[in-house]
Formats: sequence, C-alpha cells, structure tokens
Amino acid sequence: MNSSRLPAAEFDVEEVVRAAHPADTADLEPGTEMLRVLSPDGTMASGLTARIAGETVDFTPYLAADAEHLRSLYRDMFLIRRFDQESTALQRQGQLALWVPLTGQEAAQIGSGRALAPQDYAFPTYREHGVALTRGVEFAEILRLFRGVTNGGWDPRERNFHLYTLVLAAQALHAVGYAMGMQRDQLADPSLPPAASIAYFGDGASSEGDVHESMVFAASFDAPVVFFCQNNQWAISVPSSVQAKVPLAQRAAGYGFPGIRVDGNDVVAVEAVTRWALEHARSGRGPVLIEAYTYRMSAHTTADDPTKYRLSRDEQEWQSRDPLVRLESHLRSAGLADDTFFGDLDAEARTMATELRRAVLAMTAPDLADRFAAVYAEPHPLIQEELRFFEQYEAGFADEGKHA
Amino acid sequence: MTLNTFNLPDVGEGLTEAEIVQWKVAPGATVSVNDIICEIETAKSLVELSSPYAGTVSELLVAEGETIEVGTPIISVEDAESAPEAAHDGGQGGAASDAPVHDGGPDGDVDRVIEADAEAAASPQDAIGTADDAPVPVPRMPGEFSGAESGAAGVQAAPGTAAPEVTPGPLVGTGPKADAVKRRPRKQQGAPGAGHVAPSSGAGRPASGPASPAPAAQAPAPAGSTAPDPAAPATRESAGRSAPQPAAEPPARVNPLNQLINRVLAKPPVRKAARDLGINLADVPATGSAGEVTKQDLMSYQSQRDAEQDGADSFWADRKVLGGGRIERIPVKGVRKATARAMVQSAFTAPHVSIFVDVDASRTMEFVKRLKASRDFEGIKVSPLLILAKAVIWAAARNPSVNATWSDDEILVKHFMNLGIAAATPRGLMVPNIKDAQNLSLKELALALNDLATTARAGKTQPAQMQGGTLTITNIGALGIDTGTPIINPGEVAIVAFGTIKQKPWVLDGEVIPRWITTLGGSFDHRVVDGDLSARFMADVASILEEPALLLD
Repeated sequence: MNSSRLPAAEFDVEEVVRAAHPADTADLEPGTEMLRVLSPDGTMASGLTARIAGETVDFTPYLAADAEHLRSLYRDMFLIRRFDQESTALQRQGQLALWVPLTGQEAAQIGSGRALAPQDYAFPTYREHGVALTRGVEFAEILRLFRGVTNGGWDPRERNFHLYTLVLAAQALHAVGYAMGMQRDQLADPSLPPAASIAYFGDGASSEGDVHESMVFAASFDAPVVFFCQNNQWAISVPSSVQAKVPLAQRAAGYGFPGIRVDGNDVVAVEAVTRWALEHARSGRGPVLIEAYTYRMSAHTTADDPTKYRLSRDEQEWQSRDPLVRLESHLRSAGLADDTFFGDLDAEARTMATELRRAVLAMTAPDLADRFAAVYAEPHPLIQEELRFFEQYEAGFADEGKHA
Repeated sequence: MTLNTFNLPDVGEGLTEAEIVQWKVAPGATVSVNDIICEIETAKSLVELSSPYAGTVSELLVAEGETIEVGTPIISVEDAESAPEAAHDGGQGGAASDAPVHDGGPDGDVDRVIEADAEAAASPQDAIGTADDAPVPVPRMPGEFSGAESGAAGVQAAPGTAAPEVTPGPLVGTGPKADAVKRRPRKQQGAPGAGHVAPSSGAGRPASGPASPAPAAQAPAPAGSTAPDPAAPATRESAGRSAPQPAAEPPARVNPLNQLINRVLAKPPVRKAARDLGINLADVPATGSAGEVTKQDLMSYQSQRDAEQDGADSFWADRKVLGGGRIERIPVKGVRKATARAMVQSAFTAPHVSIFVDVDASRTMEFVKRLKASRDFEGIKVSPLLILAKAVIWAAARNPSVNATWSDDEILVKHFMNLGIAAATPRGLMVPNIKDAQNLSLKELALALNDLATTARAGKTQPAQMQGGTLTITNIGALGIDTGTPIINPGEVAIVAFGTIKQKPWVLDGEVIPRWITTLGGSFDHRVVDGDLSARFMADVASILEEPALLLD
C-alpha cells in the first residue's frame, strides 16, 4: 500500500533533476552557436562561417555537398543503422552477449569518420560502429567482439582505427599520447605526411578525469589531436545537463584551444567542421574540441531500459531531427536521388543483414590454446606447461560440456 | 520440416533468469525472423524478444507469468512447408529452409543443400523478392516501448532472406552464472589398467580422486567410510580427495594445483568455525555466489544437524524441499523491496491509530444488486467497493483532515481526492489512484475502478498513476479476510480496510436475524487525525454502507 513511491530511485532522481533544471535542453541550446548546414527540414545552406576563439572561420571550403558525395554519406548512415538494428535483434536472440546501439548518432560518426585522412588515427569508444565503417572495419569483425569470441576484432594498425575502449575516457589519453608520438616522428622524419589523431568520447566520459588530463597535455604540447565529443544527452541514465553547466564545447576555452559545437545530426556540417579541425591539428596549431550535439535514440546498451529514466516526449522531439530523415528529404527535394537509389540501398542493406546474420551464426569460440598463444609472441616454456595442465584438467570432466 | 527451439537468452549483462510476461504469438501462428514473439521481464527491464526463426509456432514451452532460467527452451518453431518463404516456391523452398539444419546429415539431403545454396548465391535479388511477400519487421531497438516509431528513417530494410540461413547456433552471452556454481562430474580416473577400478569402487561410491593412485592406496577409503580419520569425518571429499595422498608412487605427476581446485571453497572464518564445530565443509550445501560455503550455510547446516540429533527430523523430514537447508532464502528485490521500504518508513514515522467498526451492509448489497440490474450500468462491473469508495469520498468531505499530508511544520489539507486502491498485481503490491475522484459520478467512479483494476492486473500501471494519492482503500475482503490494521500509504494520513461481507447473525429490534455484515478497519496518522475525528470519519463511512441512500443528500 505504499506504492506511490514504488520505483523510487529512478523517479526521485528525475524529479530532482527536473526541479533543479527546468527545461534543461532548451537552456543550453540558445547560449551557444550550433553550426549547421543541413536543417531538419532538409534545406541546405550554401556556406558556413563561425566565430571561433575570437576569429572568424570560414568552413565553406571544407563543405563537400556534391550529389555523389551526399549519396555516399547517406548510404553509410543507412547501412550502419541497419547494421545496428540487426545486431540488436541478434543480441535479443541470444547470439551476442551485449550490443551497444548507435541509432541517432549516425551523422556524427559517419561525418567525422569520412573527414579522416588515411594517415590519421582514430581512438573509439565502444559505440563508434559508424566510424569503424568509414575506416573499413568489417561489420562481422565488430560483432566478433560482442559475441565474445575475440579480445579485439581487427588489427588496429591496418585501418588506423584502434580497438574499442570499454573503460571509457582512457582512449582520450591514448589519442593524445599517439598524437604526441606522431609529432615526434615527424620531427625525426619530415617526409611523413602530416597526421592527427582523433579521440571519440561522449558527454558521460567528459566528466571523467582522463579527459581533463588529456586536454591539459594536448594543449601543453600542441598535440595534433581532435577531441570529438558526441553529446548524446545521456550518460546511461544521467542527463548531460547534470554534468555540464556550460555547453561542453566551451570547456575548450579553459584549456586554451578552440571548441566548436556542431549539429551532430547534420552529417554535412560535422564532416566540414571535422575536416577543418583535423587540418588545424595537423598543421601544428594544436588540438580542437568538437561537440557534436546529438541524441542517443535507443538504449545505452541492450542491458539498459531508457523508459525508466527519460520521457517518450523527449524521444519523439528528437525523432524530427533524425539525421537520416533530413538528408533523405534533401536528396529527394533537390532531385539528387530517386526511388531507385533508395530501393537499391534498401536491398543492399538486406543483403548485408542476411550476410551478417550468417557470419555471426558461423562464428566459433576460440580454442583454449588460443588464449595461451596470445600471451607471448613466441612459444614460452612456462606458458606451454600451463597449457598442458589446463588441457589435462579439461579432459578430466566426465560430461562433454563446453568450457563455460 | 525441422523443429527449432529458442532458448531464453541473457538480454542483459549476466542476468540469470526472466519472467515471461506476455506471449505475442500462439501455437499455429506464422513468424518471420525478427518478429516479436514475447515480452519478458528481467531484473533490469521489460524486453521484447524476437524470433530467430521463420516458420510456424509449434509450441509455447513456458506459460505466462513463469520465471525461468536463462537457457531454458521457451518456444519451438516448425520450419514447415507452410512457412511463408516456403509457400512461395513450394517444395524447393521447403528444402531451402531445411538445408542448413540437415547440413552434414543424410546423403539424400546433400544434393538439395547444394542446390539451395547455389540458388541463394546465384540470385540474391530473387531471394529478397521472396521475402517481400511476407514482410518482416525491422527489429525494434531496445527501449522503444513508448510507441515511438522504430528507426523512423523512411525506408527501412527488412531482414529478408536471413530466415533460411538460421541454424540453432550456440547460445552465447549467458556468461558465468551469478548463482551457486554447479560442480561438473569428473571422469573416474583409475589406474591406466581398467581392471583396477572395479575393486576400489565396490563400496558403491566411486572415488573421484583427481590423480590416479594405486588400487591398494585407494581401497581403504571406501572400505572405512565410516570414519577413517577423526580430524576429518569420512565424506565424499575425504574419500575422494585425500585418498591420493597416501599413494606411494603415483604413476602420473600430481599437480598440487589439483588439490586446490578440488578444495571446498570457504572464507577462513567459516573454515575455522567448521573445524571448531567438527563439521566437514564438503557436507555443507554451498550457496555462495562463487560456490563457496557461507557462514549462513554453516549455521543452517549446524541447526539442521542439531535437529537431527534431537530426533525431530521425522517431523521436518521434507527439508530437502528447501534445498537441504532449514532456511528458505527468498531474495528481496523489486516491488517487494520498495514495499518493505515504504512500509517501514510509514510505520515508523507516522504514529498509527487503528479503529474498527462492524457494519450491516445489507442495504449496500441490495443497492449493488439493483445497480447491476439497471440499464445504466449495463456492462459495468459493480461491487460493494464502489459504494465504499463513494462513502469514503463523502465522509472525507465532512472530515477534511483525513484527506491530508503531514509535513512537520504544516498540515496540507487536500481539497481534492486522489483515491488510492491497493491492488495485488502480478508484479506485487501497487497502489494506483483515481485522480480527482470527488468529481466523478457513481458511474464514472465505477468505470474508473474497473479501469484501474484491469490496468493493475495486467501489470501495466504507470508510475504517474501511483503518485499523488491522498487517501487509500485496501480491499482485504476480496481475499476473505474480516479486517486488519492497514499501514498508511506514505504521504497520506488515513487508510480504510474493507473486510469481507458475509452473512452473520445480527440483532435487529431484539431479534437475531441473518444480515450481510462487514468490518471496516481504519488506520490514521495520529499527528493529524485525532481519535474523535477518526471515529467520526469511520462512522460516516459506515453510515453510508448501512444506508447508501444518504449519498443522495
């Protein structure tokens, strides 16, 4: 007979937050300029300029808006969303241990990923499937990790795309360290092409100490690094308004480098701004913070239930800013793509999903011996002995179980 | 035609069980890959499960409301000719659906497998076209219960030809279980010569030593299984595990790690306590999260042993039902936990005063009967609870302090009635309330009560429906109980318990006659509601039950 207070924990927090921050998202948006080219209704601006750190920067040269390019951006976003949906279904069917959905953040990921040059190096969180796509990582390779049959999934050196970081914010330190290393390599060998690293993180990780430390170091050494923060509004169940009293992009000023807020659901603007920032970093002018203002339209992971902490009204509000919908309406209204294009893409996505499902079901767990083989590069007598012991131990069971 | 079963997956991280809340399909229904088949509730959330198979639902293996462990088969789907994909191209399609399952099977099928594969490889477009006939929904993303349209990106792909490719793959992601570890049986490791094994296992309990001692060394253990070693009473452990040690020359190298692996897990204080009590840890059923013997286990084992010594065992003979211990453990979580917290908060902050009154509710019963028969209330469920609800609203207006909140320095008297109804639901106790019940006519109130009960029973009560209550009724009579002392819903100051209505002897005008009698119980927060006020309020409620016509004034 108590239960007006039943699911107490979640709702109490929400009430406190709402009382402390009435209309939180609305608060933050007008304060800072948010760069945008493609508006939610699908109309495209011809140029983009902004005041950054007291100077006027013209992003127009970095804009790539020809038809072919826009269609390929749309294709990447469409495929990655379909991949996301199929992976979620596979998790629900017991084929993946966990899945981290990205739906809603396609533009931020595809736009920034496509801005990277081959020699640049990306450090992702565990949600950067879109960036992985732009770096040429196979979808099935990503799912190997989430099926738990590998510790990594791909060779980061082949694609200049680091392994997923599961303990978040650490990758910001890795990215700065890598950037400082590239800086030194270039001093030693000036013939190397200028390159930058890019650190992906979210509004949640921005509250962690690692990000602060990495920004201090990056600023101190003018490291060629771009901090790419996808502010998806939710650090699992904590709204970003609780963690950031000023727009996240403004924090860069405190470290002494430029910070830009871009509409994270506008793939064209994200790409242009990231191109500019990478060039800024590569040319030795130091780091840049980009805050891509977006929304996690799905759950934090498949183990999360967002209906417990956020309102469906908010979710619906963001539906209208969907990154795919707006590019599609632009492509259609500007006559850059027709039903054939969308139909073909649809078919391509289906084939991809089918292939993906087949690939996942065919994945096999690694042998026990593989674990031991990964300890040292070369055979090691102690490891060999331990392997023999474990094989003997495993063979001692009467039942025919897989090792759990 | 193949029968595929789908086992309950771990949809979170390390969840061990879930409850089937609702089936969305019935046996005989046709499903495609990624069609939603059921809704489950885990410790974390409500989740929709989608089908990994296409075909016809053959059987639902778990009933709604049942809680089952991860890995339990929940549904079987028949990969039949009647499946939509198959129907499209007849027998060939059936073969295609069968193909992966029969892979490596009888020779007769191999040709068809190859044929099907070749067909699929040669014309993926055709295959997609096939799927178009039976549109498959794009899988929904987690957390999309709010009715927001999935994906929302205009054209969406459907997982087309995935269907025929599905084979019952291994269930991954179930992870190590958080509950007690089950020990896997070990192979009997006798000496290399098989003949040696027979004599040593003669005692009926095979020695399970990790290394293989000479038969001579092994023999004493089973033979003297009563108590060969006073320090460690004879047990499976001592028989099995200490036997190898006396072996003079073990043929294989004994790894000391083996002994560690086979040792019973327990923390040092538990080990010491066991030693002091003379209990062999191997005898104690372990319930620890890593399979270790906990202090609780030891204590319950000891009390059980004491009981045995007292000879009372014959009375409690069925203790095996409780898993070997004498104490049944029910984890406190979810609604139970919240209920407990709120009850303690209420009972220990608000000084409760409870009063009771017997009421002759015969006229209420007649009134209800007439309402049921009236055309105006056709199709509406009417019960005495409706009259009581109306009576409570009426009486609260005459005694406003019962409809209030105590906030240390002031009393907030509510000039509206959000009438809470305590309801036992599948998910536990919920108290949804009817907002602004004072404005509702009798009929509207009846509809609101029905609505509230249906929603609660379906387990769909929203948090908002449970907030802002001002006064609560608990209908314990529905369970056949006469009365009780209810605990006030936190934030309120009064609660009325409605006892069962049954015929009892009643004295009327000096004569004993059977009447419909009920008992009303009320608990009040004495900080706000004094004795006389609570008495007046209860008397007012009772007067309506005795004469519902008073509502007309």
